[in-house]
Amino acid sequence: MTENGKPTLAMYWGASCGGCEISVLNIHENILTVDEIFDIVFFPCIADFKYKDVESYPDNYIDVCLFNGAIRNSENEEMAHLLREKSKVLVAYGSCAYEGCIPALSNLTTKEATLNKVYIDNPSIDNPKKTFPQTSTQMPEGELTLPSFYHTVKALDQVTDVDYYLPGCPPEPPQIWAVLQVIAGALTEGKELPPKGSVVGAGQTAVCDECPLEKQEKTIARFYRPYEINPDPDICLLEQGIMCMGPATRSGCGALCPSVGMGCRGCYGPTEGVEDQGAKMLSAIASVLDAGDETMEEDELEALIEEAVDTIADPSGTFYRFSMAHSILQRVKNGKGEG
Amino acid sequence: MSEQFEPVIVGFLCNWCSYRAADLAGTSRIKYAPNMRAIRVMCSGRVDPQFVLKALRNGADGVLIAGCHPGECHYVNGNIKALRRYTMLKKTLDQWGIEEERVQLLWASASEGTKLAEKVNSMTEELRELGPLRWHEKVLADNGAAHVPVKEA
Repeated sequence: MTENGKPTLAMYWGASCGGCEISVLNIHENILTVDEIFDIVFFPCIADFKYKDVESYPDNYIDVCLFNGAIRNSENEEMAHLLREKSKVLVAYGSCAYEGCIPALSNLTTKEATLNKVYIDNPSIDNPKKTFPQTSTQMPEGELTLPSFYHTVKALDQVTDVDYYLPGCPPEPPQIWAVLQVIAGALTEGKELPPKGSVVGAGQTAVCDECPLEKQEKTIARFYRPYEINPDPDICLLEQGIMCMGPATRSGCGALCPSVGMGCRGCYGPTEGVEDQGAKMLSAIASVLDAGDETMEEDELEALIEEAVDTIADPSGTFYRFSMAHSILQRVKNGKGEG
Repeated sequence: MSEQFEPVIVGFLCNWCSYRAADLAGTSRIKYAPNMRAIRVMCSGRVDPQFVLKALRNGADGVLIAGCHPGECHYVNGNIKALRRYTMLKKTLDQWGIEEERVQLLWASASEGTKLAEKVNSMTEELRELGPLRWHEKVLADNGAAHVPVKEA
């Protein structure tokens, strides 16, 4: 709390794209109310604060800290610890901080392969000396340092204690506003906060629950890539053979993607009580895949199922697109994606 | 000399066929590797892929799923669902660099105690060959650095 009695707000990015910051600004004119209620004390995207400003704050000075982005390097982790120390309420904001999201897809390969892709094998890169970033470089003027790049991308709660999770890539504006109102209510009017560890700004059920498309209990013979098929705008996409993560994804977005003919990507994370979103999706698909029945011979059955499953391109990347860091195994064993 | 590596296999056996096959193997006094920890499930279709992943994460070196032969499922087609899940899981685990020998599926009816015993024996040998999985220590430890193979000069 500042001297003028206003609660303080901070927002910081780890390994992120910046979309989460934009999503906060995307609550339209309500952003003015946010500014009225809160004193912003750290928000590198929109205001010029330095790390040393945060370091100078007393512990618990920040009332609410929205931390977005995954933990990809030592700088992200250092800031996560620092902001935890200085914040009363730390929110893992957006899919990256919640469960790894797109940055954590690199857990499907190795650190070496990732760096090679970025600094060597990229068509737009010209790096004849094969220069890679170093954590320490000696220059005539002294030592230059960079944060170290981790092997495994982590979610925020895998490095520090988190109070709330706000899922989405990025979270939807009405949900953000609702959450900010709850927090502001608690800080200014003494209203109650949700229990620690809650997923806020999202529903309890699956995306299918709020999806307007018609489900006909049909089964799926095979899957199509989006370019291979023109979807019927009124019928469940999954039933048409378009990969849609709806059954394994938490509701709260209003089924925006399926409503316009695009399969759900799964950005709101697993549904309540589920640990591994990808495994649940895999399980759900297996139930509706129309390949083989109990009257077939074993060999014929296996071949048929194999063929149907082969129409799913990149199952790991599809089922774990947003939840790799929070999945049960967290990363691959030896980086098969290399090369 | 170090002792021989004894792999840990978590076996999900269906109540109606494969658990009875294991029972039969026992009552028939068939000798087989003691490496499988049997868990009885009502149907192989009950095996959530999360069970398999959790077993692998928490120290198992391999997972065996065993159920009734297709067409003989007590619940008509639970085992067909298990086969679909297994096929998909296998493809996913391949992307994760987990050797295919580590997760296996077997059809064993209540009269096939020998078949189950042979499978546990062969799987134990295969896993012994592959070595321990030890996910926590070998893959996740030291921020995931532990899995990186040492480059030879």
